Amino acid sequence: MSDSQSNTFQVDFMGKRLIAMVLSGVVLAAALGSLSYQGLNLGLDFTGGSLVEVKLAKKVDPQTVRGYLVDAGFTNGTVQTFGSDEDLLIRVPPQEELGVTGQVGLGDEIFAALAAEYPGIVLQQSNYVGPAVGDELAEDGGLALLTALLVVMLYILFRFTKQFSVGAVTALAHDVIIVLGCFSIFGWTFDLTVLAALLAVIGYSLNDTIVVSDRIRENFRRARRGTPIEIINQALNQTLGRTLVTSLTTLFVLLALLFAGGEVIRGFATALSIGVVIGTYSSIYVAANVLLLMNISREDLLVPEPEQDGSEDGSYP
Amino acid sequence: MNHDESRPQENGGQGTTLLGAPSRRGPMNVFPLWKNILVATVCLLGALFAAPNVFQPDPAVQIRSLDADAMISAAQKARVLAALDKAGVAVIGVDEDDGSLLVRLQDEAAQLGARSLIADTLNDNVGDFVVALAQAPTTPQWLQDLGGKPMSLGLDLFGGAHFLLQVNMQDYIAGVVDNSAEGMRDKLIDERIRFLPNRNWVDGQTISIGFRDEATREEAKAALVDYQDFLVQERESAGDLILRFTLTEDKIRALEDRAISQNLTSLRNRVNELGVSEPQVQRLGRSRIVVDLPGIQDSARAKEILNKFANLEFRLEALPRARKSQLETYEYQGRMQDIMRRNIVTGNNVQDAQQSYDPETSQPQVSIELDNEGGRKMHAATKDNIGRSMAILFIEQKPRVREVVRDGETIEEYYTIEERRLISVATIQAALGFSFRITGLSLREAQDLALLLRAGALAAPMYIVEERTVGAQLGDENIRRGWQSVAIGFALVLAFMIYYYRGFGLAANVALTANLTLLVAIMSILGATLTLPGIAGIVLTVGMAVDANVLIFSRIREELKNNPPQMAIQAGFDRALLTITDANVTTFFVAIILLSIGSGPVRGFAVTLAVGIVTSMFTAILVTRALVNLMYGGRKLESIKI
Repeated sequence: MSDSQSNTFQVDFMGKRLIAMVLSGVVLAAALGSLSYQGLNLGLDFTGGSLVEVKLAKKVDPQTVRGYLVDAGFTNGTVQTFGSDEDLLIRVPPQEELGVTGQVGLGDEIFAALAAEYPGIVLQQSNYVGPAVGDELAEDGGLALLTALLVVMLYILFRFTKQFSVGAVTALAHDVIIVLGCFSIFGWTFDLTVLAALLAVIGYSLNDTIVVSDRIRENFRRARRGTPIEIINQALNQTLGRTLVTSLTTLFVLLALLFAGGEVIRGFATALSIGVVIGTYSSIYVAANVLLLMNISREDLLVPEPEQDGSEDGSYP
Repeated sequence: MNHDESRPQENGGQGTTLLGAPSRRGPMNVFPLWKNILVATVCLLGALFAAPNVFQPDPAVQIRSLDADAMISAAQKARVLAALDKAGVAVIGVDEDDGSLLVRLQDEAAQLGARSLIADTLNDNVGDFVVALAQAPTTPQWLQDLGGKPMSLGLDLFGGAHFLLQVNMQDYIAGVVDNSAEGMRDKLIDERIRFLPNRNWVDGQTISIGFRDEATREEAKAALVDYQDFLVQERESAGDLILRFTLTEDKIRALEDRAISQNLTSLRNRVNELGVSEPQVQRLGRSRIVVDLPGIQDSARAKEILNKFANLEFRLEALPRARKSQLETYEYQGRMQDIMRRNIVTGNNVQDAQQSYDPETSQPQVSIELDNEGGRKMHAATKDNIGRSMAILFIEQKPRVREVVRDGETIEEYYTIEERRLISVATIQAALGFSFRITGLSLREAQDLALLLRAGALAAPMYIVEERTVGAQLGDENIRRGWQSVAIGFALVLAFMIYYYRGFGLAANVALTANLTLLVAIMSILGATLTLPGIAGIVLTVGMAVDANVLIFSRIREELKNNPPQMAIQAGFDRALLTITDANVTTFFVAIILLSIGSGPVRGFAVTLAVGIVTSMFTAILVTRALVNLMYGGRKLESIKI
C-alpha cells in the first residue's frame, strides 16, 4: 500500500460544504442548547466542597454506604462507585454552617466513620476546595480559553490573512463548544483536567487547521487558474493523508490513556479523543468553509513584490 | 513557498526554482560532519540526563537536625546504626548530605519500624531531630556529579498532601493599626503630651489624634517619630488640629511581606514536627501559602498542626490606677483579671521554648528564650515592675465564612472570630531579659505552652482553602497506569509508522525515541515535577510528535511524482519546515497560556506540552533528517519506498 498513497485522494470536499454547514449547525445548536439548559456537571475543582475516594476490601452497595453516612450525620453526600465496585467516591457540597475550618476536616470525619464500619478500607484520596478557590479556578479557566483563542487569532492574522484568522478561530470555537456540549449532554464531570484537555484540543485542532491553511495559501499562490473551490479542494486532498495519519496516531495514544490510564485521567482522555475527531473534521470543513464565505481570492494571498531573497512570507518573528 | 532562509547554507538563492536543476556543491542530502556530531551529541546528552529516572530509589529513613547549624555527630550516627543492627534491620548504605543522614534500607516493609527505632534512639530527651521516611536516589555517583537527577514525583504519583492556605491580611493589618494606636496613646501619656479625648482614633488604616494647639502637635509629632510605617499628615477639622497617621499602600505591601515570611517560617517549623522528608512551604501570590507534604501518612494530623491559628502576647497586669481605656479584663482561674491592652512582646519574638522542671521545687516550668528585639523590650518593661504580675494571653483565630451582598452580587466573604483567654498569670521576680522561665503551670499546661511557643506563632491568621490528599496506594497505581499508557501508546505509534512508512518510518521511530528521551532529560534538568497530567502530556506529545514527520513524508511522496528521489527528499524536508514551524509555534503559545494561567494539574500538563513541542521540533527536523541522510543521502537512488 505504501506506494499508492500520495495524492490519490480525489474527494470533492467543498461540494458537500452545505451539508457540512447544516450538520455543524445542528450539532452546535444541540451543544449550546444542552449547555444553556442543563449546564455542565462541574467537578469539585469548580464547585468547592469535599470529596473522598476510598477502596474497600470487598464489593459494597453504594446505597448501603450512603445509609451509614446519613446515620453518622452526613446527610447531603453522594456516594458512587468509581472505576471498580470496590472503589467509592463520596462527594459533599460546600457546607457553610461548618465554617472554614470545619469543612476542611469533613473528609477525615467521613473516612473515620466509614473505617469504623468497613475494616481494611484504604483512603485513596481526599480533596477539599474552598468556595472562593473554586470560583477562582473557574474564572482562570475561562480566561485561559479566551486568551488562547485571542492569541491564536492574532498570530494567524499576522502570519496569514484575516480570512484564515477568522476561519481558524471559528473552527476552534466550534470544536470547544462541541466537546463542552458532549460533556453537558452526557453529564460527564467537568474538572480541571478536562479544562486542560480543552486547551490541548485548541492546540491540536489549530495544528491541523494551520497545516491545511498553509497548503491552501500555497496553492492559491501557485495556481494560475481554477476557482477557489477547486483550489481548496485540491489542498484538502493533498493534506488529507497527513491529516488522517496524525489523527490516527494521536487517537492511538489517547485510547491507550483512556483504557489504561485509570479513572483520574479518563475525563481528560475522553475530552481529547472527541476533540481530535471534531478537530480533524473542523480543519477540513469549518476553516475552509469560512474562507469561501469570506470570498477568499488569489489577490488576497499575493506576496507584495518579492524582495531579493523573497523573505516576505517566510520570515519569522 | 519559501524555505531558503531557514537553510541558507544548503540551497541559498534557489527560491521557487527548486524544481529546476540543482546548483549545489557536493552530494545531495548529506549533512556536514559537524551537524551529524551535533545531533548525536544532543541525543547522547539526552540519554545521559534521562538515565537517572531509570534507577529505582531505595527506601530510606532521613534524619535531619531541627537546628540548621547542628550536624549529626559521628557518635549519634554510630548509635543509630548500632540500634538498627541490634534490631536486625538490614541497612544497605548510609549517605551524609548537608548535615542530614540518609539510611538506606533493604525493603519498604522495614521503613516504618526503622523510623520509630531511630526516633526513639535519638530523641530520648528532647525532640531535636526530624526522622522521616524518604526515597534515596540510586543514581551512580559520576552521574550525580554531572548534575544528573531524576524527576521528582508530584503528590498524585507519590502520595501525600497538598494544602493551600489563605492568609487573612485584613485582620492582620487591622491588628497592626490597633496596636500602633495603643502604643501611640501610651507614649503620649508617658511624655505628658495632651491630646483631645476621643475614643475612636482608628478608622480603617488611619489613626487620627487631635490636639488643641500647634505646639503640642509638633511635640507629639516628634514623640511619635518611631512609627515609620505610617505616612504622617497634618490636618485640621472643626477647629481641632489633627495628626493623621496613614498606612500607605507600600507600607501595607511591606507588612504583608513581613507577615507572609513570618508565617512561612512558623509553618516550616510546624511542618518539621510532622516528620516529612521533603516538605515544601512556599508563598503563592500576594496572600497565599502552599504547603506540600510528600508521602505524609497522616494528613488529619497535618491539618491539625496547620490549622492552629494561635498567637501569644505577654502583657503586664493592670494596676488599680490604670484608666479603663488602657486595660482589658479576662477571666482567669475563676476570678477576673485586669491586664494592660498593650503587649510587651508577642509569640513572634520567641526563639525557643522548652518544658523543664524547676531544680528547687521540681515543679514543671517553661523556659523561654526571646530574640534580640524581644529581649530588649522585655527587659525595658520588667525592670521597673518587679513584684507586678505578667500575663500570657492566648489568642486563637477561628475562621468563618459568610455570604454578603456587595454591588448587588452575593459573594462569599471570609472573616475570623477571635477567642482570647489568659493561660498564665505569674509574678515578675526579677528584671527579665532574653531568657526567663514561667512557673506555676501543670505538667500538661507547660508541655502545651512550650510546643505552641516553639512551633512559632503566626503573624497573621490563616485558614486552609484547598486540600488534596492522595494515598500512597493510589499514587503507586497512578504511576503504574501512567507509564503503562505511555508504553502502549508509544508501541502503537511505533508499529504504525513502520507499517506505513517502512524505512522512513524507522527513521521517524528513532526520532520519536530520541524525542521521548530528550523530553524526560529536559524535565529532569529543569527539576520539573512529574504529575499524572504531566504523563498525559508526554503521551500526547508522543502521539502528536510524529505529525512533523508525517508532514515531511507526505510531502516527499508528493514530490516524488515529479522529481528524482534525492530531489524529492530535499524538497519534502524544506517545504514542510515552514508548515511545521507555524503549527508548532501556535501550539507552543497555547502551552504558555496554560502555564501562566493554569494551576495544579493544568500546569503539570502544560510544562510537558511546552517542552515536548521544543523537543519534537528538534527531533523531527534534525534527527530524522540526519537519519534519512545517512540512509539515503549522497548516493544514486532509482526509487525509494515511502
